[in-house]
Amino acid sequence: MKNLDFDWKPLALAPLLALMVMPFIGSTSSWVTLTVAGLAMGMIIFIIASGLTLVFGLMDVLNFGHGVFIALGAFVAASVLGTMGDYTASGSFWVNLLAVLPAMLVAMLVAGAIGIVFERFIVRPVYGNHLKQILITMGGMIIGEELIKVIWGPLQIPLPLPEGMRGSLLLGDAAIEKYRLFAVLVGLLVFGVLLWILNRTKIGLLIRAGVQDREMVESLGYRIRVLFIGVFVVGSALAGLGGVMWGLYQQSVTPQMGAQVTVLIFIVLIIGGLGSTTGALVGALLVGLMANYTGFLVPKAALFSNIALMMAILLWRPQGVYALSK
Amino acid sequence: MNENVLTLQGVHTHIGAYHILHGVDLAVPRGKLTMLLGRNGAGKTTTLRTIMGLWRASRGKIEFNGQDVTALPTPQIASMNVAYVPENMGIFADLTVKENMLLAARGARTAQQMDSQRLQWIFKLFPPVEKFWNHPAGKLSGGQKQMLAVSRAIIEPRELLLIDEPSKGLAPAIINNMIDAFAQLKASGVTILLVEQNINFAKRLGDSVAVMDNGIVVHAGSMKQLAEDEELQHSLLGLAL
Repeated sequence: MKNLDFDWKPLALAPLLALMVMPFIGSTSSWVTLTVAGLAMGMIIFIIASGLTLVFGLMDVLNFGHGVFIALGAFVAASVLGTMGDYTASGSFWVNLLAVLPAMLVAMLVAGAIGIVFERFIVRPVYGNHLKQILITMGGMIIGEELIKVIWGPLQIPLPLPEGMRGSLLLGDAAIEKYRLFAVLVGLLVFGVLLWILNRTKIGLLIRAGVQDREMVESLGYRIRVLFIGVFVVGSALAGLGGVMWGLYQQSVTPQMGAQVTVLIFIVLIIGGLGSTTGALVGALLVGLMANYTGFLVPKAALFSNIALMMAILLWRPQGVYALSK
Repeated sequence: MNENVLTLQGVHTHIGAYHILHGVDLAVPRGKLTMLLGRNGAGKTTTLRTIMGLWRASRGKIEFNGQDVTALPTPQIASMNVAYVPENMGIFADLTVKENMLLAARGARTAQQMDSQRLQWIFKLFPPVEKFWNHPAGKLSGGQKQMLAVSRAIIEPRELLLIDEPSKGLAPAIINNMIDAFAQLKASGVTILLVEQNINFAKRLGDSVAVMDNGIVVHAGSMKQLAEDEELQHSLLGLAL
């Protein structure tokens, strides 16, 4: 018998939000466009946040420097795509993929490799001290941003979408950007792979157990530090991938882009419940949808709306929608 | 082969500014069940945690099978076939019973790879483990959680079991089940160091006993001798067994 006690209520939140907002938008086509844009944004945020939530859950580490991996991934992708003009200029989506996929892979590898260094020299000395973690990881992010400026320069760099990923598909009267659909698919793929690893492999079992009680995992004979380094590296690589997706979404990259997204990521983690991957997905989709709906309806309230959303969720579930047993 | 599986010599433990163990001397004989008794706050739990490396001994020496393990990290100590059942049972509440067991079976990657004979033996010792195999462990009752915690500790052959107050908060009927199960475990030849406050547990199961007070062992000997000597019981524990 499989676990029948799964709590489905939080999964209904994003569809509920979308349906509640529908009458205010006015036109169905605008609602579809905004909803797909929100889902795409949510999926990109999820890719970035998924690693961070496990890092916090597993080792109680508050990494405010996660944003540097986002920017790093985006700049690496800009460099890789810059050398593959023949592929990005093609009107074929599949030929574009031959450039975008290697860019993603290289961005993930570089972000993951820098993640090893970041964990060793910045995070490891401050285990168990949240205040020091916040200060030193923010410092790490500032240093990272400055190093990016040294390598790529301080200015914004354009990261245009490849030709075949531009434009929209028409669904009735609604125009849905191709790239947003692509982002949703990539996000779903990452979510599926993460769920498979977490639920179907022994490593995943160890991560889930470690998030609940790392001392007991060690008492069973497993070296949780090694596991944590692995999760940190994967989390950094996913942030790198998220950076590529975010950069292409914005069609430009700046050294500060990671810091700009960090607030949204922490809202997502708090909504989702620290340490929960499914919670991060729910939180990211809610934040993505809310940002797009309020951006359309009340643009000045865009950031406030997500903070209000977080407050409402916390009034309902103070530990987030999928609080883990600790 | 040493007569004692585990020995502690003059072990001190500090937790922050607090000095908890003040030079514990303890020998755990091979194949026997040693009870660690004492009043609340005597240092029993700290002793088990120090043996497991969860808290570091600030002075003294801990030897397991003749090897100095005082400074070894917890996973390395556990890998030497030492299993630990903490006072709070250490159950992973969000995982199923099966997943909890699979984690403890270090040699198995999947449930199918777990030693099925041993699993059947555990199911006979603790039937609820089989009954609730696919249920979230967090939904089990206190007694069932304790059974799962002990089952997890014995899913692979161990040389030493460290068990902290397994009868705490359990109904008398469940406690009797646990006593029967521990008697069978003892008969299988495994060495057990058991912290307990339940007198029935101690009397019915213990081969040898160590009594702690104020962070040191104040008495060590056979359980039978202590059970028969009311004056000694009063002087050590403030009660008669």
